[in-house]
Amino acid sequence: MELKKVALNDLHAKLGAKMIGFAGFNMPVRYSTDTEEHLAVRNGVGVFDVSHMGEFMIKGEKALDLIQRVTSNDASVLTDGKVQYSCLPNQKGGIVDDLLVYRIKENEYMLVVNASNIDKDWAWISQFNNEGAEMIDISNKTSLFAVQGAKAVEAMQSLTEISLADMKYYTFQIAKFAGVENVVISATGYTGAGGFELYVPNESAEIVWNKIFEAGKNFDIKPIGLGARDTLRLEMGYCLYGNDIDDQTSPLEANLGWITKFTKNFTNSENLRKQKEKGVEKLLIGFEMIEKAIPRSHYAVVDSEGNSIGQVTSGTQSPLLKKGIGMAYVKTDFAKVGNEIFVVVRDKAFKAQVIKLPFVKK
Amino acid sequence: MQIPENLKYTSDHEWLLLEGEVATVGVTDFAQGELGDIVYVDITKVGETLKAGEVFGTVEAVKTVSDLFLPVDGKILEFNEELANSPELVNSDPYGKGWMVKIAVSDLATVATLLSSEAYASLTAR
Repeated sequence: MELKKVALNDLHAKLGAKMIGFAGFNMPVRYSTDTEEHLAVRNGVGVFDVSHMGEFMIKGEKALDLIQRVTSNDASVLTDGKVQYSCLPNQKGGIVDDLLVYRIKENEYMLVVNASNIDKDWAWISQFNNEGAEMIDISNKTSLFAVQGAKAVEAMQSLTEISLADMKYYTFQIAKFAGVENVVISATGYTGAGGFELYVPNESAEIVWNKIFEAGKNFDIKPIGLGARDTLRLEMGYCLYGNDIDDQTSPLEANLGWITKFTKNFTNSENLRKQKEKGVEKLLIGFEMIEKAIPRSHYAVVDSEGNSIGQVTSGTQSPLLKKGIGMAYVKTDFAKVGNEIFVVVRDKAFKAQVIKLPFVKK
Repeated sequence: MQIPENLKYTSDHEWLLLEGEVATVGVTDFAQGELGDIVYVDITKVGETLKAGEVFGTVEAVKTVSDLFLPVDGKILEFNEELANSPELVNSDPYGKGWMVKIAVSDLATVATLLSSEAYASLTAR
């Protein structure tokens, strides 16, 4: 299958990015090195083109109703300009996708979903749309740039009249940005480093990208690839769909109880409520290596006697902490912070410790 | 991308430099570029005699893990100790300070069967 291209595909190639296939898109994985890009975001400011992400507009009097039925979090608490992290549970106990829900205004919402799940999510939500909410897929028309980092606010302020420093986490404004009207400026991100995500129509993507780099020049702004995006999110303990959560994992097992609200009915809420009362058999935990080894997805987790107790879902060498970190599902008995566990790397068990997420404090 | 003419290569992106009966082995400039930032080189086979194509260790980058395959039959004599603390040498100097192991080659004639720099260059150009 031919890879889809984001609007600025050729620009990334010109910047020297190494491009890889990801979720059906040709995407920049790195422009320089993963470590350099990672640290640029932690200490300075960097820009990700994450235009592969999907955006659905949900409109009409039944919009909220539909969102409430398909998502686990309570979207009724949202006011205009607020964003919410949520997930789409399936009927078998797993998760169709995780997503962001934006309340644009009354009867108008934007859902932001993972690139790999755009078609699946559209079909999934559509099947519950039996009361005529208007659904519009704007994924192919929308570019998304994540300007992230300690210096993001300062570096981007010259591009807009709204006060970026005053924007609270998980809020957004629709305003003029880099001379382009109606940019969704969202104080969100997947790095824990602070900053913004900017939703821009494709036809303005290049202008906005270039202005971001002009404005950020004095802050040594850098383009950042998907490689560093993954290590940054992992240092924060953020779930990646397909690794840490999927069609099989329950939101409660994934420690997403905080976005699973039993104050309303939603897909599979009855079973999830029972699971909550009964307790889960496995839990997603964060761990750091005590002995020198780098955990990776699918590595086995064992106890001190070598008995299987779970599996790693994400792992890497933390560029900031310079040690192996990861997330894993382990039997609930082993999930307590401070517990010793072992990760099997090339047939040898290496000592690790369950820790409280995030790995890197904000 | 550098492909020195005095070295021999494998399609698994290792290089080999023969000096007498001892060969130095590492990964190519192309390989380090594909792997990205190397954070760990794990060689567990020092002292063992392995066949060509057998795994003699593992190189770990931030994002990926890759096995290291021995280019020719031989005994692993020595591991580059410097890589324990400075694995990034594989990125910065893959043909020099980033060497990985020295091996006693079992049959010197097998070295001639490895790829020349031209052959390796055309392989990576594909």
